[in-house]
Amino acid sequence: MKRLILPVAILCVGFIYTSCGGGGSTEAPKEEKKVQMNMGSDPAPSAEAPSADVGDPMTNLGIGPVKSIELAAIDQGMVAEGKKLFEEYCTACHKVDKKFIGPSPAGIMERRTPEWVMNMILNPEEMIQKDPLAKQVMMESNMAVMANQNMTEDQARKILEYFRTL
Amino acid sequence: MKSLKISIAALIGISGLFIGCQSGGQKKAASATGSDAASSVYVAPGEYDEFYAFMSGGFSGQLSVQGLPSGRVFKVIPVFSVDAEKGYGFNEETKPMLNTSHGFIPWDDAHHPELSQTDGVPDGRWCFINGNNTPRVARIDLKTFETTEILELPNSGGNHSSPFITENSEYIVAGTRFSVPIPQRNMPINLAKGNFKGALSFITANEPGNMTIKFQILVPGFDYDLAHSGKGKSHGWTFFTTYNTEEAHTLKEAYASQNDKDYIAAVNWKKAEEYLAAGNFTEMPAEYAHNYYDERTQSATSSMLKTVKVLDPAKCPGLIYYMPCPKSPHGIDVNPTGDYIVGAGKLSADLTVHSFDKMIAAIEGKQFDGDAYGIPVLKFDAVNIGTVSSGGLGPLHTEFDDKGNAYTSFFISSEVVKWKVGTWEVLDRVPCYYSVGHLMIPGGDSKKPWGKYMVAMNKITKDRYLPTGPEMCHSAQLYDISGEKMKLILDFPTMGEPHYAQGIHADVVKPNSQKIYRLDENEHPFACKKESEARVERDGKDVHVYMTMIRSHFAPDNISGLEVGDRVYFHVTNLEQDWDTPHGFSVLGANNSELLIMPGQTETLVWEPKKEGVWPFYCTDFCSALHQEMQGYLGVGAKGQGGELKWSLGD
Ligand code: HEC
Ligand SMILES: [Cu+2]
Repeated sequence: MKRLILPVAILCVGFIYTSCGGGGSTEAPKEEKKVQMNMGSDPAPSAEAPSADVGDPMTNLGIGPVKSIELAAIDQGMVAEGKKLFEEYCTACHKVDKKFIGPSPAGIMERRTPEWVMNMILNPEEMIQKDPLAKQVMMESNMAVMANQNMTEDQARKILEYFRTL
Repeated sequence: MKSLKISIAALIGISGLFIGCQSGGQKKAASATGSDAASSVYVAPGEYDEFYAFMSGGFSGQLSVQGLPSGRVFKVIPVFSVDAEKGYGFNEETKPMLNTSHGFIPWDDAHHPELSQTDGVPDGRWCFINGNNTPRVARIDLKTFETTEILELPNSGGNHSSPFITENSEYIVAGTRFSVPIPQRNMPINLAKGNFKGALSFITANEPGNMTIKFQILVPGFDYDLAHSGKGKSHGWTFFTTYNTEEAHTLKEAYASQNDKDYIAAVNWKKAEEYLAAGNFTEMPAEYAHNYYDERTQSATSSMLKTVKVLDPAKCPGLIYYMPCPKSPHGIDVNPTGDYIVGAGKLSADLTVHSFDKMIAAIEGKQFDGDAYGIPVLKFDAVNIGTVSSGGLGPLHTEFDDKGNAYTSFFISSEVVKWKVGTWEVLDRVPCYYSVGHLMIPGGDSKKPWGKYMVAMNKITKDRYLPTGPEMCHSAQLYDISGEKMKLILDFPTMGEPHYAQGIHADVVKPNSQKIYRLDENEHPFACKKESEARVERDGKDVHVYMTMIRSHFAPDNISGLEVGDRVYFHVTNLEQDWDTPHGFSVLGANNSELLIMPGQTETLVWEPKKEGVWPFYCTDFCSALHQEMQGYLGVGAKGQGGELKWSLGD
């Protein structure tokens, strides 16, 4: 949870090895205690400057469980369920009519691949760490992070269906 | 996760500066540790400990969770004492947990953790612990590591010999340390002898929400010190040590140590069930609280119970026997097969081992040596099978490994002695720094001990750590017992004063550990599960704020129209659904504590503004890069002059 310190920690990770010799017998305590960055599952913004080059968003599938999706005609049943889920789990940070903590999902399907969107919902920590586009969105959102709301793949798919109508 | 660390490390290009971290001051007992001690307790960053240890907090009233072999502290679980850090006993949801027939009690003295068992093996569902001062027992749920149930015990003058579970978690037990008039009444203290009584309670353990005193046995007014339930062949029996069979009521230090033998009470609880079923009990008036935290409503309720079923040994032959044991025995421990009952006579040098088979034969053959208040006393020689003479002084407590060995702590001679079950020969001994009380081997009082480590919980710390003024932390010591010789491998501090501990392999507990409270299962009556439903409602001087929190804002974060004299209830729901994303909440001038709200959870803080002004509230648990911004304001007017109640977010 101690997110703020991370970039700093990374910067200063130093070139330091501490070797803690306990008793000094045989192979025993020669462990090298690396100075840890406590990455945990935390989405740690990298200290690198945001790269201007994030590639073509419409070919970026993101990183996560969703590798490919076939989109058929819009399924209104799924849309209704997706809308309900969005209202319950997402509207504290996303509003349809405006940028709030995170971007508005309106028109997102023109900006992002469906796979990327689902991976963003299902696997935000890794996306923010490794996907240049997600990283850039975070920078643009004042360093606020996309939350993992523990959606199932099925729930994320329904939200995606709802996003298609926006 | 590991690969991540490595890749970043590689990216940055860690290079070679080496720092030796051996600070000065070779420790006093360094010679007692093996030269490879450091490597055997070293748990590398990001790696897990092999065992959970649940260490009682003693006078802290809490239960701490530490890792073995590292000794690292993971959590202090509030049980019998309020904990401002977690809001326990301060928020509206948990206040009822500390209700008793004596009113709200913010503290107790928590002694003996005991893990639930299935077929005599710790199963990782719950940990139980006793409250000694205002007699109670508690259940801690090991999915959430939270206290979920507390039951008060009537007819008890101090709940020490407790909880000590039966092999399938049928019962936890509770024997009174101090006997008292039953029913309670005022009487001259010099009439205590013969008039005071003790009660041994059997409490159903395996039905969460329904912890019930199935029955109590009224027993002579001795002091019932510790207990353990039988296992295997001795399943169905529970053994309690007694001291002060002299029934002294003053200068116990001297007067309660006159007899050269006290008793081990052997209770046949299967027999008790028969008497109960036959209606051979009295329903005695009583007053005691049962408190239950319901995970669905995320709130505790307290109910006052009015009767308890009591068995009278005089009317229930075969229910209880006394076995003599020298001298004021403390620990009473049953070996993994259930064959032997080991009494630790704390004012003697030797351990006394009684045989379960001999006990049964002695009962059948009526090998009695008189009776105590009508309870048959079995002949010492008819039940005794061995004595462990080690030369140590003040044996307190014994646990077992999985290789047929036993380990006994000796308080006065400050050591642990390892001996062979069956031959009673002493195999090894190691010193403790200083004055060991109880010891613990993970699973060491069960049918299947994990005989790898032994923890000694020491009563005196003195010079073991950097001094912190007159008050020192308590010191525990970890021994490797996997070989023939015990090896001291670690000193580590504990929280409060651990009287006893339980250990369990992490694999039994870790997979069930809950990560979040699911929002769609939150049935808290004041939950606000959507930001669009956040609101403020006034009901006379009571104001209910239905508030949400998520990284990193509250909704609403501006409220005006409050007044001095209002009682403002902040019902705050954490909308996060990710592991380890709690938020905190408190208000300037709050007379209670913070809230520390887990993902998907709702908690309530009451604030009674005393002064007009615009008062800030904020998130107290660092939650994101924008945590400092997670804050709001409350506008409070003078009484009758608050103006219209308004609330908002982002405008
Ligand atoms: C705690 C606030 C928060 C919650 C709750 C939240 N998000 Fe986000 N979300 C963000 C932020 C901030 C960003 C942009 C920064 C980033 O990418 O980390 C974002 C980014 C996104 C993006 C990428 C948007 C784009 O234009 O590239 C998608 C898609 C998204 N969220 C969907 C969701 C869905 C669906 C939910 C509910 C299941 C949800 N979010 C819940 C804060 C949140
Ligand atoms: Cu916060």
